[in-house]
Amino acid sequence: MVTPPDEETAGQAQYSGPVLFYNDTVIDHFTNPRNVGELPEDETDGYGLVGDPACGDQMKLWVSIRFGRIEKIAFKSYGCPGAIATSSMLTDLAKGKTVAEAGRITDDDVVEALGGIPERKKHCSLLGVLALKAALEDWARRRGAGEGAPA
Amino acid sequence: MIYLDHNATTPLDRRVLEAMMPYLENGWGNPSSPYRFGNRSRGAVERARGRIAECAGCAPEEIVFTSCGTESDNLALRGVALALRPKGNHIVTTAIEHHAVLATCRALEAEGFRVTRLPVDADGVVDLGRLERALSPGTILISVMHANNETGVIEPVGEIARLARERGICLHTDAVQTAGKLPQPIGALGADLVSFSGHKIYGPKGSGGLFIRRNTPLRPVLTGGLQENGFRAGTENVAAIVGLAEAYVLAAETAREESGRLRGLRDRLEAGVLSSIPKATVNGAAAGRIPNTTNISFESVDGESVVLGLDLEGICISTGSACSTGEPEPSHVLTAMGLSPKQAQGSVRISLGKSTREQDVDAAVEALARTVVRLRSISSV
Repeated sequence: MVTPPDEETAGQAQYSGPVLFYNDTVIDHFTNPRNVGELPEDETDGYGLVGDPACGDQMKLWVSIRFGRIEKIAFKSYGCPGAIATSSMLTDLAKGKTVAEAGRITDDDVVEALGGIPERKKHCSLLGVLALKAALEDWARRRGAGEGAPA
Repeated sequence: MIYLDHNATTPLDRRVLEAMMPYLENGWGNPSSPYRFGNRSRGAVERARGRIAECAGCAPEEIVFTSCGTESDNLALRGVALALRPKGNHIVTTAIEHHAVLATCRALEAEGFRVTRLPVDADGVVDLGRLERALSPGTILISVMHANNETGVIEPVGEIARLARERGICLHTDAVQTAGKLPQPIGALGADLVSFSGHKIYGPKGSGGLFIRRNTPLRPVLTGGLQENGFRAGTENVAAIVGLAEAYVLAAETAREESGRLRGLRDRLEAGVLSSIPKATVNGAAAGRIPNTTNISFESVDGESVVLGLDLEGICISTGSACSTGEPEPSHVLTAMGLSPKQAQGSVRISLGKSTREQDVDAAVEALARTVVRLRSISSV
């Protein structure tokens, strides 16, 4: 066992430059990610699968849409804590929103909702946004083909 | 906190701190000053050099103090390259070197040197046949690390030294992860230049050294005064040098028994992980390795997420080397061993040290199993 220095002097206390470490909100979403899992086939109205070529992260996202709103959303992510936390926050932000509102969520919105993430992890937040976009496009496609739920 | 990242750095040994204190408090004279107050600092620096030389199995004048392992690597590579430029411009190194060597070789390439980077086999060991074939009459320097910082795999420096000697080529080895940790004295490795560092062996950060075999052609990189035999200008960091020597002596005294103890703990850790976590692989397991290091890949999870998961349980481990944390690229060491970028991304390094006990290792195994299971339940792959 090793005794670390005081919390006061460790980490980001009394520092106001760029974000260096994951904050408590990010760590909470990493530890207890919201909406993890998969939607069953009969509840899935849209599905998106995206990979981040910059770091090899990957996300799968399922949406269930009723009356033009995202009623259910579920995800699975492979990647760093930044990827998991931003995926989780993205699903939280999108849940309950209309398709149009959800389509307007940006990676900056995700980062802001998390209270910031380290600069080098900013690209992670795009993963969720792109996965959601892909799922909504899939929904539109299915609807266009007459297979989707009525909106 | 359970600290299992001793290849990144180690805590300062209390005895090292005590040895340093007089030179931080009262003995702050400049070793180059002409009066007795300065002479006392000079004496401390030369005593330190002698103590390290004794452990290293070399002459005191073959030890040059630097500010860190990275500076030692820079001095060795740039120093030989500068000195031997009229003779040739070819440098041979490996794909798995520390960034201090890799980036310095890149910089030398930009200055007109030709660099060959040798591949390693699946166990992380450089192929001697390929190395021999890479040598040409224009080869002036070979740089191959003694043990890799990420995997702990030991390279055949002794055999490489024979090949280099036969051809009159300088050999440098980065022994930052072995100097003072393995029983073998660095002067007996066979290399002409050997880098070492203080903070990997419970000494202070900002301390390091380079063994330079007598008559090795070397030009200084830091120019100025004639300190360190003209090889490294700048007022000596007396307290750090004293600390480095104390740390080196303490480490060397216990290297043999500590190596055996750490090997037992490391093997226990690996057995625990492999028996409790499916789809886990130890990287470099079939090669000779330094006893305190293990590098493990977990399928379908990201190494950085494993590190944070353990961090939240009060256990410090790392992905790759501390230096490359912050880079999105997977480890250059593991990909050189043939791991896919995904496999490399799912790897962590655990490095044990003096404070490590059986219960720490067992706690780490349990925390790893919990974290990997949880991350796999989230994982999309």
